[in-house]
Amino acid sequence: MSFRSIKSLLVKTFSVFSLLLATHAFAGKNHAPAPEGAVEEVASATAAHGAKKEGDFNVTETILEHIKDDHSWHLWGHTSIHLPVILKTSKGFEVFSSEKFVNEHHEPIVFKGNFNYKLIEGKTKIVDASGNFDKEASKQLWDFSITKNVASLFVSVFILLVVLLSAAAAYKKTGVKSAPKGLQSFMEPIILFVRDEVAIPNIGAKKAGKYMPFLLTIFFLILVNNFLGLIPFFPGGANVSGNIAFTMTLAVCVFIVVNLSANKSYWEHIFWMPGMHWSMKLFLAPIELIGVFTKPISLMIRLFANITAGHILVLSLICLIFIFKTVFASAIAVPFAVFIGMIELLVAFLQAFIFTMLAAMYIGMATEEHHHEAHGEAAHH
Amino acid sequence: MVVGSVAAIGAGLAAIGAGIGIGQIGKGAVEGIARQPEAANEIRSNMIVAAAFVEAVALFAVVVALLGNG
Repeated sequence: MSFRSIKSLLVKTFSVFSLLLATHAFAGKNHAPAPEGAVEEVASATAAHGAKKEGDFNVTETILEHIKDDHSWHLWGHTSIHLPVILKTSKGFEVFSSEKFVNEHHEPIVFKGNFNYKLIEGKTKIVDASGNFDKEASKQLWDFSITKNVASLFVSVFILLVVLLSAAAAYKKTGVKSAPKGLQSFMEPIILFVRDEVAIPNIGAKKAGKYMPFLLTIFFLILVNNFLGLIPFFPGGANVSGNIAFTMTLAVCVFIVVNLSANKSYWEHIFWMPGMHWSMKLFLAPIELIGVFTKPISLMIRLFANITAGHILVLSLICLIFIFKTVFASAIAVPFAVFIGMIELLVAFLQAFIFTMLAAMYIGMATEEHHHEAHGEAAHH
Repeated sequence: MVVGSVAAIGAGLAAIGAGIGIGQIGKGAVEGIARQPEAANEIRSNMIVAAAFVEAVALFAVVVALLGNG
Protein backbone atom coordinates (compact mmCIF):
# COMPACT_ATOMS: atom_id res chain seq x y z
CA MET A 1 0.00 0.00 0.00
CA SER A 2 2.66 2.48 1.06
CA PHE A 3 4.62 1.74 -2.10
CA ARG A 4 1.58 2.57 -4.20
CA SER A 5 0.95 5.86 -2.39
CA ILE A 6 4.58 6.86 -2.84
CA LYS A 7 4.30 6.04 -6.52
CA SER A 8 1.20 8.18 -6.98
CA LEU A 9 2.85 10.99 -5.02
CA LEU A 10 5.89 10.81 -7.30
CA VAL A 11 3.65 10.97 -10.37
CA LYS A 12 1.84 14.00 -8.97
CA THR A 13 5.06 15.80 -8.12
CA PHE A 14 6.48 15.07 -11.53
CA SER A 15 3.39 16.34 -13.33
CA VAL A 16 3.34 19.52 -11.25
CA PHE A 17 6.99 20.08 -12.05
CA SER A 18 6.52 19.53 -15.76
CA LEU A 19 3.56 21.91 -15.74
CA LEU A 20 5.64 24.57 -14.03
CA LEU A 21 8.48 24.10 -16.48
CA ALA A 22 6.09 24.24 -19.42
CA THR A 23 4.59 27.57 -18.33
CA HIS A 24 8.08 28.94 -17.78
CA ALA A 25 9.04 27.85 -21.26
CA PHE A 26 5.97 29.59 -22.71
CA ALA A 27 6.76 32.71 -20.74
CA GLY A 28 10.28 32.63 -22.14
CA LYS A 29 8.94 32.32 -25.68
CA ASN A 30 6.64 35.29 -25.24
CA HIS A 31 9.63 37.42 -24.41
CA ALA A 32 11.67 36.06 -27.27
CA PRO A 33 10.58 38.35 -30.17
CA ALA A 34 12.82 41.22 -29.01
CA PRO A 35 15.64 41.66 -31.55
CA GLU A 36 19.00 40.31 -30.48
CA GLY A 37 20.81 43.62 -30.85
CA ALA A 38 18.52 45.24 -28.30
CA VAL A 39 19.22 42.45 -25.80
CA GLU A 40 22.95 42.96 -26.21
CA GLU A 41 22.57 46.70 -25.73
CA VAL A 42 20.63 46.15 -22.52
CA ALA A 43 23.25 43.70 -21.32
CA SER A 44 26.13 46.10 -21.97
CA ALA A 45 24.20 48.95 -20.39
CA THR A 46 23.61 46.99 -17.19
CA ALA A 47 27.24 45.89 -17.21
CA ALA A 48 28.33 49.54 -17.45
CA HIS A 49 26.08 50.59 -14.59
CA GLY A 50 27.17 47.57 -12.59
CA ALA A 51 25.33 47.08 -9.31
CA LYS A 52 24.31 50.74 -9.29
CA LYS A 53 20.92 50.16 -10.86
CA GLU A 54 18.10 49.74 -8.35
CA GLY A 55 16.32 46.41 -8.43
CA ASP A 56 19.06 44.84 -10.49
CA PHE A 57 20.75 42.55 -8.03
CA ASN A 58 23.51 40.13 -8.91
CA VAL A 59 23.85 37.58 -6.09
CA THR A 60 27.09 35.97 -7.23
CA GLU A 61 28.79 39.32 -7.74
CA THR A 62 27.69 40.62 -4.35
CA ILE A 63 28.81 37.53 -2.49
CA LEU A 64 32.17 37.33 -4.24
CA GLU A 65 32.73 41.02 -3.58
CA HIS A 66 32.27 40.37 0.13
CA ILE A 67 34.61 37.41 0.41
CA LYS A 68 37.46 38.69 -1.74
CA ASP A 69 40.38 40.87 -0.73
CA ASP A 70 40.09 44.62 -1.17
CA HIS A 71 42.09 47.86 -1.05
CA SER A 72 39.67 49.58 1.31
CA TRP A 73 38.18 48.43 4.58
CA HIS A 74 34.51 49.28 4.93
CA LEU A 75 33.51 50.75 8.30
CA TRP A 76 29.89 51.93 8.08
CA GLY A 77 27.61 53.66 5.58
CA HIS A 78 29.84 55.50 3.12
CA THR A 79 32.85 55.55 5.43
CA SER A 80 35.75 53.24 4.80
CA ILE A 81 39.48 53.15 5.49
CA HIS A 82 41.55 53.57 2.35
CA LEU A 83 44.56 51.35 2.79
CA PRO A 84 47.93 52.21 1.25
CA VAL A 85 48.94 50.81 -2.12
CA ILE A 86 52.62 49.88 -2.35
CA LEU A 87 53.92 49.11 -5.82
CA LYS A 88 57.35 48.16 -7.08
CA THR A 89 58.12 48.76 -10.72
CA SER A 90 61.27 49.22 -12.76
CA LYS A 91 61.29 52.84 -11.53
CA GLY A 92 61.38 51.81 -7.86
CA PHE A 93 58.83 51.82 -5.07
CA GLU A 94 55.73 53.96 -5.02
CA VAL A 95 53.26 54.47 -2.17
CA PHE A 96 49.88 56.16 -2.44
CA SER A 97 46.40 55.89 -0.96
CA SER A 98 43.95 53.52 -2.61
CA GLU A 99 41.44 56.41 -2.48
CA LYS A 100 43.02 57.61 -5.75
CA PHE A 101 41.97 54.38 -7.46
CA VAL A 102 38.23 55.08 -7.33
CA ASN A 103 36.03 58.07 -8.11
CA GLU A 104 33.10 59.21 -5.99
CA HIS A 105 30.90 56.48 -7.52
CA HIS A 106 33.34 53.72 -6.47
CA GLU A 107 34.23 53.02 -10.08
CA PRO A 108 37.87 52.30 -10.86
CA ILE A 109 39.78 55.17 -12.41
CA VAL A 110 43.31 55.56 -13.72
CA PHE A 111 45.94 56.84 -11.29
CA LYS A 112 49.01 58.50 -12.80
CA GLY A 113 52.17 57.68 -10.91
CA ASN A 114 55.39 56.47 -12.48
CA PHE A 115 53.05 54.54 -14.75
CA ASN A 116 49.30 54.67 -15.29
CA TYR A 117 47.71 52.30 -12.78
CA LYS A 118 44.17 51.01 -12.74
CA LEU A 119 42.27 48.32 -10.84
CA ILE A 120 41.19 45.60 -13.24
CA GLU A 121 38.98 42.98 -11.54
CA GLY A 122 40.34 44.07 -8.17
CA LYS A 123 44.00 43.73 -9.16
CA THR A 124 46.38 46.60 -9.84
CA LYS A 125 47.55 46.68 -13.45
CA ILE A 126 49.48 49.06 -15.64
CA VAL A 127 47.34 50.62 -18.37
CA ASP A 128 48.11 52.91 -21.28
CA ALA A 129 46.91 56.51 -21.58
CA SER A 130 43.43 55.55 -22.76
CA GLY A 131 42.91 53.08 -19.91
CA ASN A 132 43.51 49.81 -21.76
CA PHE A 133 45.31 46.94 -20.05
CA ASP A 134 49.01 46.88 -20.92
CA LYS A 135 50.08 43.26 -20.50
CA GLU A 136 53.81 43.71 -21.25
CA ALA A 137 54.24 46.58 -18.79
CA SER A 138 52.18 44.84 -16.07
CA LYS A 139 54.63 41.95 -15.96
CA GLN A 140 57.22 44.04 -14.10
CA LEU A 141 54.67 45.28 -11.55
CA TRP A 142 54.95 43.92 -8.00
CA ASP A 143 52.07 44.67 -5.69
CA PHE A 144 53.04 44.83 -1.99
CA SER A 145 49.90 46.71 -0.94
CA ILE A 146 48.52 46.60 2.59
CA THR A 147 45.17 45.16 1.57
CA LYS A 148 42.23 44.38 3.83
CA ASN A 149 43.53 40.87 4.50
CA VAL A 150 47.01 42.11 5.39
CA ALA A 151 45.57 44.75 7.71
CA SER A 152 43.35 42.10 9.31
CA LEU A 153 46.40 39.90 9.81
CA PHE A 154 48.07 42.78 11.64
CA VAL A 155 45.00 43.04 13.87
CA SER A 156 45.05 39.32 14.65
CA VAL A 157 48.80 39.36 15.30
CA PHE A 158 48.26 42.29 17.66
CA ILE A 159 45.49 40.40 19.52
CA LEU A 160 47.64 37.28 19.75
CA LEU A 161 50.64 39.20 21.03
CA VAL A 162 48.61 41.00 23.70
CA VAL A 163 46.82 37.87 24.90
CA LEU A 164 49.70 35.40 24.77
CA LEU A 165 52.44 37.73 26.01
CA SER A 166 50.35 38.80 29.01
CA ALA A 167 49.66 35.14 29.81
CA ALA A 168 53.36 34.37 29.43
CA ALA A 169 54.30 37.31 31.66
CA ALA A 170 51.96 35.97 34.35
CA TYR A 171 53.81 32.64 34.34
CA LYS A 172 57.12 34.48 34.62
CA LYS A 173 55.84 36.40 37.63
CA THR A 174 54.02 33.75 39.63
CA GLY A 175 55.58 30.56 38.29
CA VAL A 176 53.83 27.39 37.19
CA LYS A 177 53.04 26.14 40.69
CA SER A 178 50.51 28.81 41.66
CA ALA A 179 46.93 28.91 40.35
CA PRO A 180 46.46 30.78 37.05
CA LYS A 181 44.76 34.18 37.11
CA GLY A 182 42.77 36.22 34.57
CA LEU A 183 43.71 35.67 30.92
CA GLN A 184 46.18 33.05 32.04
CA SER A 185 43.40 30.78 33.28
CA PHE A 186 41.63 31.20 29.95
CA MET A 187 44.68 30.30 27.87
CA GLU A 188 46.01 27.45 29.98
CA PRO A 189 43.27 24.89 29.16
CA ILE A 190 43.54 25.65 25.44
CA ILE A 191 47.30 25.22 25.41
CA LEU A 192 47.02 22.05 27.49
CA PHE A 193 44.35 20.83 25.08
CA VAL A 194 46.71 21.28 22.13
CA ARG A 195 49.47 19.51 24.03
CA ASP A 196 47.47 16.60 25.46
CA GLU A 197 44.93 15.98 22.70
CA VAL A 198 46.87 16.99 19.61
CA ALA A 199 50.64 16.87 20.04
CA ILE A 200 51.31 13.99 22.43
CA PRO A 201 48.94 11.35 20.91
CA ASN A 202 50.26 12.03 17.40
CA ILE A 203 53.93 12.84 17.85
CA GLY A 204 54.69 11.02 21.09
CA ALA A 205 55.51 12.46 24.50
CA LYS A 206 59.26 12.45 23.88
CA LYS A 207 59.33 14.63 20.74
CA ALA A 208 56.09 16.60 21.21
CA GLY A 209 57.77 19.42 23.12
CA LYS A 210 59.98 20.28 20.19
CA TYR A 211 56.98 20.86 17.89
CA MET A 212 54.64 22.52 20.42
CA PRO A 213 55.64 26.12 19.51
CA PHE A 214 54.90 25.44 15.84
CA LEU A 215 51.58 23.70 16.52
CA LEU A 216 50.43 26.38 18.97
CA THR A 217 51.33 29.14 16.51
CA ILE A 218 49.34 27.48 13.74
CA PHE A 219 46.41 26.76 16.05
CA PHE A 220 46.06 30.25 17.49
CA LEU A 221 46.69 32.03 14.19
CA ILE A 222 43.95 30.05 12.43
CA LEU A 223 41.59 30.31 15.40
CA VAL A 224 41.90 34.08 15.77
CA ASN A 225 41.59 34.67 12.02
CA ASN A 226 38.55 32.39 11.80
CA PHE A 227 36.84 34.25 14.64
CA LEU A 228 37.74 37.66 13.20
CA GLY A 229 36.33 36.53 9.87
CA LEU A 230 32.99 35.81 11.55
CA ILE A 231 32.65 39.36 12.88
CA PRO A 232 30.76 41.21 10.16
CA PHE A 233 31.99 44.75 11.00
CA PHE A 234 35.25 46.62 11.34
CA PRO A 235 37.88 44.80 13.40
CA GLY A 236 36.81 41.63 11.61
CA GLY A 237 35.11 41.34 8.29
CA ALA A 238 38.16 40.39 6.25
CA ASN A 239 38.14 36.85 4.91
CA VAL A 240 41.72 35.98 5.88
CA SER A 241 41.51 32.26 6.56
CA GLY A 242 39.19 31.92 3.56
CA ASN A 243 41.96 33.23 1.36
CA ILE A 244 43.84 30.54 -0.51
CA ALA A 245 47.16 32.42 -0.34
CA PHE A 246 46.99 32.49 3.45
CA THR A 247 46.13 28.81 3.78
CA MET A 248 48.80 27.95 1.21
CA THR A 249 51.43 29.76 3.28
CA LEU A 250 50.42 27.73 6.34
CA ALA A 251 50.44 24.52 4.31
CA VAL A 252 53.91 25.30 2.94
CA CYS A 253 55.13 25.86 6.51
CA VAL A 254 53.74 22.45 7.48
CA PHE A 255 55.32 20.90 4.38
CA ILE A 256 58.75 22.32 5.26
CA VAL A 257 58.54 21.31 8.93
CA VAL A 258 57.36 17.77 8.10
CA ASN A 259 59.99 17.12 5.47
CA LEU A 260 62.86 18.69 7.38
CA SER A 261 62.09 16.66 10.50
CA ALA A 262 61.55 13.43 8.55
CA ASN A 263 63.86 10.57 9.47
CA LYS A 264 65.42 7.87 7.35
CA SER A 265 62.63 5.34 7.73
CA TYR A 266 60.07 7.90 6.52
CA TRP A 267 61.93 8.35 3.25
CA GLU A 268 62.47 4.61 3.04
CA HIS A 269 58.71 4.09 3.29
CA ILE A 270 58.23 6.55 0.47
CA PHE A 271 60.85 5.49 -2.04
CA TRP A 272 61.44 1.81 -1.20
CA MET A 273 58.54 0.45 0.82
CA PRO A 274 59.93 -2.28 3.07
CA GLY A 275 58.37 -5.75 3.16
CA MET A 276 57.14 -5.69 -0.43
CA HIS A 277 58.07 -7.43 -3.64
CA TRP A 278 60.42 -5.27 -5.75
CA SER A 279 57.80 -4.75 -8.49
CA MET A 280 55.37 -3.50 -5.87
CA LYS A 281 58.05 -1.18 -4.51
CA LEU A 282 58.52 0.36 -7.96
CA PHE A 283 54.76 0.76 -8.26
CA LEU A 284 54.31 2.34 -4.82
CA ALA A 285 57.19 4.85 -4.96
CA PRO A 286 55.51 7.39 -7.29
CA ILE A 287 52.21 7.07 -5.42
CA GLU A 288 53.87 7.72 -2.07
CA LEU A 289 55.83 10.60 -3.58
CA ILE A 290 52.60 12.22 -4.77
CA GLY A 291 51.24 11.67 -1.27
CA VAL A 292 54.01 13.87 0.15
CA PHE A 293 52.60 16.80 -1.81
CA THR A 294 48.88 16.03 -1.60
CA LYS A 295 48.95 16.11 2.20
CA PRO A 296 49.73 19.84 2.51
CA ILE A 297 47.56 20.58 -0.53
CA SER A 298 44.58 18.95 1.17
CA LEU A 299 45.33 20.99 4.32
CA MET A 300 45.31 24.13 2.21
CA ILE A 301 42.05 23.40 0.41
CA ARG A 302 40.22 22.09 3.50
CA LEU A 303 40.68 25.28 5.51
CA PHE A 304 40.05 27.54 2.51
CA ALA A 305 36.92 25.69 1.40
CA ASN A 306 35.40 25.35 4.87
CA ILE A 307 35.72 29.00 5.75
CA THR A 308 34.75 30.28 2.31
CA ALA A 309 31.74 27.96 2.12
CA GLY A 310 30.57 29.17 5.52
CA HIS A 311 30.84 32.81 4.50
CA ILE A 312 29.04 32.16 1.22
CA LEU A 313 26.26 30.38 3.08
CA VAL A 314 25.64 33.27 5.48
CA LEU A 315 25.86 35.83 2.69
CA SER A 316 23.46 33.97 0.43
CA LEU A 317 20.94 33.71 3.26
CA ILE A 318 21.15 37.47 3.75
CA CYS A 319 20.93 37.93 -0.04
CA LEU A 320 17.55 36.17 0.04
CA ILE A 321 16.07 39.42 1.40
CA PHE A 322 17.32 41.28 -1.68
CA ILE A 323 16.26 38.55 -4.07
CA PHE A 324 12.65 38.55 -2.84
CA LYS A 325 12.79 42.37 -2.52
CA THR A 326 10.73 42.33 0.67
CA VAL A 327 11.77 42.94 4.23
CA PHE A 328 9.54 40.03 5.34
CA ALA A 329 12.01 37.58 3.83
CA SER A 330 14.29 38.54 6.73
CA ALA A 331 11.90 36.71 9.07
CA ILE A 332 13.30 33.51 7.60
CA ALA A 333 16.72 34.67 6.45
CA VAL A 334 17.96 36.25 9.67
CA PRO A 335 17.21 33.36 12.07
CA PHE A 336 18.76 30.99 9.55
CA ALA A 337 21.83 33.20 9.21
CA VAL A 338 22.15 33.29 13.01
CA PHE A 339 21.82 29.51 13.11
CA ILE A 340 24.51 29.08 10.44
CA GLY A 341 26.61 31.63 12.33
CA MET A 342 26.43 29.40 15.42
CA ILE A 343 27.57 26.43 13.34
CA GLU A 344 30.35 28.59 11.91
CA LEU A 345 31.57 29.29 15.45
CA LEU A 346 31.95 25.54 15.90
CA VAL A 347 33.58 25.19 12.46
CA ALA A 348 36.00 28.04 13.23
CA PHE A 349 37.30 26.13 16.23
CA LEU A 350 37.06 22.76 14.50
CA GLN A 351 39.10 23.80 11.48
CA ALA A 352 41.86 25.24 13.64
CA PHE A 353 41.83 21.95 15.58
CA ILE A 354 41.79 19.77 12.44
CA PHE A 355 44.60 21.70 10.78
CA THR A 356 46.78 21.42 13.88
CA MET A 357 45.78 17.80 14.39
CA LEU A 358 46.71 16.82 10.83
CA ALA A 359 49.93 18.83 10.95
CA ALA A 360 50.82 16.95 14.15
CA MET A 361 49.83 13.66 12.53
CA TYR A 362 52.08 14.29 9.51
CA ILE A 363 54.95 15.27 11.78
CA GLY A 364 54.31 12.14 13.82
CA MET A 365 54.39 10.00 10.69
CA ALA A 366 57.64 11.61 9.58
CA THR A 367 59.44 11.21 12.90
CA GLU A 368 58.06 7.81 13.94
CA GLU A 369 60.60 5.11 14.74
CA HIS A 370 59.67 2.00 12.77
CA HIS A 371 60.31 -1.51 13.99
CA HIS A 372 59.75 -3.72 10.99
CA GLU A 373 59.41 -6.95 12.92
CA ALA A 374 56.68 -5.33 15.05
CA HIS A 375 54.46 -4.35 12.13
CA GLY A 376 52.04 -7.20 12.72
CA GLU A 377 52.00 -6.45 16.42
CA ALA A 378 51.05 -2.80 15.90
CA ALA A 379 47.57 -3.82 14.83
CA HIS A 380 46.84 -5.14 18.33
CA HIS A 381 47.66 -1.88 20.09
CA MET B 1 13.28 28.51 -18.39
CA VAL B 2 15.39 26.49 -16.03
CA VAL B 3 18.62 28.33 -15.34
CA GLY B 4 21.59 26.62 -13.76
CA SER B 5 24.76 24.81 -14.57
CA VAL B 6 26.24 21.35 -14.67
CA ALA B 7 28.53 22.48 -11.84
CA ALA B 8 25.52 22.93 -9.58
CA ILE B 9 24.36 19.38 -10.32
CA GLY B 10 27.88 18.20 -9.50
CA ALA B 11 27.83 20.07 -6.19
CA GLY B 12 24.46 18.48 -5.41
CA LEU B 13 25.83 15.00 -6.12
CA ALA B 14 28.81 15.70 -3.86
CA ALA B 15 26.41 16.78 -1.12
CA ILE B 16 24.61 13.44 -1.42
CA GLY B 17 27.92 11.61 -1.02
CA ALA B 18 28.95 13.69 1.97
CA GLY B 19 25.50 13.24 3.53
CA ILE B 20 25.77 9.46 3.31
CA GLY B 21 29.31 9.57 4.65
CA ILE B 22 28.59 11.81 7.62
CA GLY B 23 25.43 9.82 8.34
CA GLN B 24 27.48 6.64 8.53
CA ILE B 25 29.98 8.31 10.86
CA GLY B 26 27.22 9.61 13.11
CA LYS B 27 25.57 6.19 13.19
CA GLY B 28 28.83 4.51 14.09
CA ALA B 29 29.62 7.04 16.79
CA VAL B 30 26.18 6.90 18.41
CA GLU B 31 26.24 3.09 18.41
CA GLY B 32 29.71 3.15 19.89
CA ILE B 33 28.69 5.58 22.62
CA ALA B 34 25.56 3.54 23.40
CA ARG B 35 27.71 0.45 23.92
CA GLN B 36 30.48 2.19 25.79
CA PRO B 37 29.28 5.45 27.36
CA GLU B 38 32.58 5.80 29.22
CA ALA B 39 34.44 6.17 25.90
CA ALA B 40 32.11 8.93 24.69
CA ASN B 41 34.73 11.70 24.70
CA GLU B 42 37.26 9.76 22.70
CA ILE B 43 34.63 8.58 20.21
CA ARG B 44 33.32 12.10 19.80
CA SER B 45 36.69 13.62 18.95
CA ASN B 46 37.42 10.82 16.48
CA MET B 47 33.98 11.31 14.97
CA ILE B 48 34.63 15.01 14.42
CA VAL B 49 37.96 14.33 12.74
CA ALA B 50 36.41 11.73 10.43
CA ALA B 51 33.47 14.02 9.66
CA ALA B 52 35.87 16.80 8.76
CA PHE B 53 37.58 14.49 6.26
CA VAL B 54 34.28 13.64 4.60
CA GLU B 55 33.11 17.23 4.67
CA ALA B 56 36.34 18.38 3.05
CA VAL B 57 35.67 16.22 -0.01
CA ALA B 58 32.22 17.79 -0.40
CA LEU B 59 33.74 21.22 -0.02
CA PHE B 60 36.30 20.45 -2.72
CA ALA B 61 33.28 19.85 -4.94
CA VAL B 62 31.80 23.19 -3.89
CA VAL B 63 35.04 24.92 -4.82
CA VAL B 64 35.09 23.16 -8.19
CA ALA B 65 31.46 24.16 -8.74
CA LEU B 66 32.29 27.79 -7.89
CA LEU B 67 35.26 27.83 -10.25
CA GLY B 68 33.16 26.16 -12.93
CA ASN B 69 30.50 28.81 -12.57
CA GLY B 70 32.89 31.73 -12.63
